[in-house]
This record gives sequence, C-alpha cells and structure tokens, in this order.
Amino acid sequence: MTDFYILAEFTLLGLLASGISALLALSFVLVYKGTHVVNFAAGEVMMLGAYLYYTAAVALRMPPAIALPLALVGIALAGVAIEALVLRPLAGQPTIAILMATIGLASLLHGGVEIIWGQDPLEVPALLPRFPVNWGEVMIPGAAIGNFVVASLLIAALVAFFRFSRAGIAMRATASDPVTAATLGVDIRASQRMTWILSGVTGTVAGALIAGSGSVSPALAATALSVLAVVILGGLDSVAGAILASLIVGVLESLTVGYVGGKMRDVFPYLVVLAMLIVRPYGLLGTREIERL
Amino acid sequence: MRTGVFFENYRGEEQLWDSPAARAWMAVFILTVALLPVWGSDYVVAMACIVGIHLVATMGLNITTGSAGLISLSQAAFMGVGCYAISWFAKWGLPFWIALPLAGALAAAIGMLVGLPSLRVKGMYFAIATLAAHFVLSFLFREWTPVTGGPRGVTIPPASFLGMELTGDRRMFYPIFTCALLLGLAAANVTRSYVGRAFVAVRDRDISAEILGVNLLRYKVLAFMLGAFYAGIAGGLLGYFYGAITSEYFSFSLSVFYVAAIIVGGLGRVLGSVLGAVFMTFVPESLRLVSSALSGSLPALATVLLPMGQVVFGVLIIAFLIFEPHGLAQVWARVRRAFHLWPFKT
Repeated sequence: MTDFYILAEFTLLGLLASGISALLALSFVLVYKGTHVVNFAAGEVMMLGAYLYYTAAVALRMPPAIALPLALVGIALAGVAIEALVLRPLAGQPTIAILMATIGLASLLHGGVEIIWGQDPLEVPALLPRFPVNWGEVMIPGAAIGNFVVASLLIAALVAFFRFSRAGIAMRATASDPVTAATLGVDIRASQRMTWILSGVTGTVAGALIAGSGSVSPALAATALSVLAVVILGGLDSVAGAILASLIVGVLESLTVGYVGGKMRDVFPYLVVLAMLIVRPYGLLGTREIERL
Repeated sequence: MRTGVFFENYRGEEQLWDSPAARAWMAVFILTVALLPVWGSDYVVAMACIVGIHLVATMGLNITTGSAGLISLSQAAFMGVGCYAISWFAKWGLPFWIALPLAGALAAAIGMLVGLPSLRVKGMYFAIATLAAHFVLSFLFREWTPVTGGPRGVTIPPASFLGMELTGDRRMFYPIFTCALLLGLAAANVTRSYVGRAFVAVRDRDISAEILGVNLLRYKVLAFMLGAFYAGIAGGLLGYFYGAITSEYFSFSLSVFYVAAIIVGGLGRVLGSVLGAVFMTFVPESLRLVSSALSGSLPALATVLLPMGQVVFGVLIIAFLIFEPHGLAQVWARVRRAFHLWPFKT
C-alpha cells in the first residue's frame, strides 16, 4: 500500500468520524449558546439516549425506524426535567455552581444508568446497514459513511430550523439577549426548555449511531469529554465553528493515530484545548467577549 | 452576631477564635483528635488518616477555588505529582519532613505552569483549561514509565522519624494530623491577611481588583500555586500512607470529589473544608456499611453499590447547590447563632 493511500484512508476515516463528533459538539454548543451553561453531562445525556434506543429496539422489539423516535421522545422529557429541576433553580448563580450542577447531574445519570441497565456492554441492532466500501486500496466501513450522512442531514435540519422557523428565531433571540427578547414577547423559558430538548436530541442521535455500529456501555459517556476539544476550537457559542472544528479535529486525530500511535488519542484533544485556550480562547468562530465594568 | 460582644480594637476583630469559649472548644477538639490513636479502633484511626489527607487537599482547593475563585479541576493531578515526587525523594533517603515540603513545592511549580493561562481566560474557560491539564498530567503518569512506573505504579518506602519507622495507620496518623493542623492554621491565616483579601477581591471582580492595585497575574498564579502546594503535600502523605500507588488513583473523579467537598462544606472557609472533607468521606463509607449490613437479606445490593454511590454523590451536589449554597459551614453557623441568641429567635 502506498503512502498516498494510507494518508487518504486516515483522512477519510477522520472526516467521516467527524460527523458524530459534530453532533456531540452541537449538543454542547446549543446549551451553551442558549443558556450559558457548559453541559458536562452532555456525554451522560448521550449515553442515556443510547440506552433508551436500546430499550426501545431490543426490550420492546421495535424496528429501528420506530425505536429512534421513541428514544428521542424519552430524551426530550429528560431534557425538560433536567432544565426544570436542576438548571432553572440555579439561574444567575456563579459559574462554579452551574459547572458543579452539571457534573453532579453527570454522576447521577451515570449511576442511574448503571443501576437500571448494568455495567456490561449490550448488543444494539444496527441503525444502518453494514457494508464495506472499497475505493482502490482504500477500505472504508459503510457504517462510517452512513453515520456521516445521518449526522449531516440532522445538522442541516437544525441549521434550517434556526434560520427559518419561528421557534428557532426565538431561540436565537434568547441566546443573543434574553432581556430584550423577553420584552419583545419571546417566551424565554420555553426557548431555554427547547434548547435542552434539542441538545438531548442531537446527543441521542449521536449515541444511537455510535451504539448502532457496536454496542452500548456506560463507557460511552467518556467519549463526550474529548469533544471538548472540538467545542473549544470552534468557539463555545458557534454552531458553524463546531462543524468546522469537528472536521479539523477529526482529520488531525485520525492522522495522529495513524502516524504517531494510538496512545496519543487519549491526550490529543486536551493538548488542542490547552493550546487553543492560551492562543485564542474564544475559538475559531466564537464571539469574543469584551468585558465592561 | 452574638449579643454582648464588643471589640475595642481591630486585633480583637481579626482573631481566629474571638472568645475564650471558642478557644477552649477548639483546644478540646484538637486534643480529642490528637488522642485518637489512643481511644479509637483500627478502623476509626484508618478513616481519620484518609480524612486527614483529603482535608489537606480540600483546604488547598478551597484557597484556589473558594477564596480566589479559580475553578480547578486538576487537584488530583497535583496530588499525583506530589506522590510521585515523594516516591523518588524517599528512595534518595530524604527524611519525610524535608521530602513533604519539597513535594509540595514541585506540585506548586507545576501548578504555576497550569495557572498561567488564568490571565488569559477565566470562569468556565479556566475550568476547562485545568480539566485539560488534568488529563495531560494523568497521561504522563500512565505513560512516562521510567519516572512513574506506568500502570504498575510506584512503591514508597515508609517514612521514619527519630529512628522509628512510621508504618501502620497508628504511626502514620501523627504526620498526617500535624500537616493538616499546620496547613489548616496557615489557610486560616491566609484568609485574614492582605493576600487572602486580594484573593477575594480577584474572585469578586478581577478588573476592579486590578484597579485597586492588586497585581492580577501574581495573585491568580499565587492562589493556584498555593492550592497545588497543598495537593502536593496531600499526595505525599497519601504515598507514605499506602506505601504503593498506581496512576489510576489520581482520576478525574477524585478532582471532582474535592470540588464537591468544598461546595458541600462551604466555599472560602477553613471550617467548610473540614466539614466537607469529613462529610464527603463518610457518605460513601456509610453507604458501604449499610449495604454490607443488608447484604445478607439483599445480595443484589452489592452489585449496585458503586452506581448507588454515584447517584448519591450527584444528588448531594445538586441538592446542596440549590438548597444550601453556602454549605455545611452555613448550617453550622446557623446552629451556633441559635444557641448564642437563645431564648430569642434568630
């Protein structure tokens, strides 16, 4: 196999993997943009969504096309509950309170999932058909392509929602200035609730896609922390930044794994985070915050 | 405020314990704890050692996060630095009372590096920077085998004092107790000095603090280094206490544990650190005791013990944040006030 093919294979794999990490990153970014909360429980919400999908598909024996919407309804309810019971009472509290609330939530969800579903990996029916694609000497698993397509479609739908729908515009108004939005008659509570629902939905689709190409276990939640690299690189409050950064990080990570070694995968995202926070903390496309007294 | 207490000068206001009764109670408390190896069972002494180590790390974090407002999610990594430093110092034959401050200093030096971004970013962004630093450091712990022993970990030869080997919980108790006491006094004194007030000013509004003449870079980095210094000492004590340790101990959840401890205890107060460290150590322990007591009738309970602990941990954090944001220290203050003002209502 020639050097070119190795490079092409790792680059393609990285690009395709970036679809899911873009979804996860969106799950962070939506909540941060809408409510100024960095949701450290995003990984756990994704895991919960994946388990809900598992329950609907295996325990209730639904076909994937019905199981996924069921899981989405479940996670939407969970999102509403989280917003109402945890984050709403803490509105206006200092950063550390909100940060620790989401970490506490992560611990609570993680423990709850392990109590209900156990710690062992569970086999999940594939959401998409499995087929390998060969292109010259480059071999790409079909699930990677399918995941990328589903992720892209969902992201496109979200972007359209924010641009054209009334609720989406209300959410953007709430994100940019809650007080003004409220005076103009936007129901900001409903907008923030919607933010949590959408974040849960994107997380769940990502979780179901990951679980569908393998199995679901509590370790799934840990993958979300490394998505922080994507979020910080793109800018915590930028949807476009999250998409762009997930492509960059996906390719870079895949190339690092290919050329430097698999161990670097553990530390690579955090090196990106550190470098980015020192050089350009607001990210590639994020809003630069200017503090006034 | 208690009735009938009048201070005629500032020194009186600034005292750590402002009445003879408070000083007497403090002396009684310290004596009771100091004599613990005499009256306590093996279990109680071992638990006291663990609480003491957690307490040292918690007090450090309470300076960084509670007083200076820099949210640090890398306290466990600094403990790791201290612990690995101790493993080398002990091999070189340094006595523990030199090795421990050195380990603290090394952790503080690394803390300085991690704290440097604090000038550029703050709040949530800084917390994420420390989180990244934690994972980078724990990657080093795992992979830098010549220094850290990799996944197999390190062994630490026992400390000795005046020719007596400090092995076993009862003998290790006194170094831990002394460190906790000295560092606790130091932390209490920092909060009433210029430095401590500068920390609080930085926490409440850093730009205003700078206008008032507080050197932001110096005080932010100093607060972070102090926290790391405490963590380094705690890590060193941990190494001496267990004798052998692997990199897995210094996990991200341990870092989170310390932040939870200062939140449950009370931010920015030494009393908060004490109450938080004790409470957060005993909650999982009592869960374990309850489940082992019930394991005869409910054998399924043992398998859900660990996730149960996580659920309780999460619920505790959220409940304290919502219902008692100033922590157990505030509860304690309320109880005290009720006694002071009795028979009047607060």
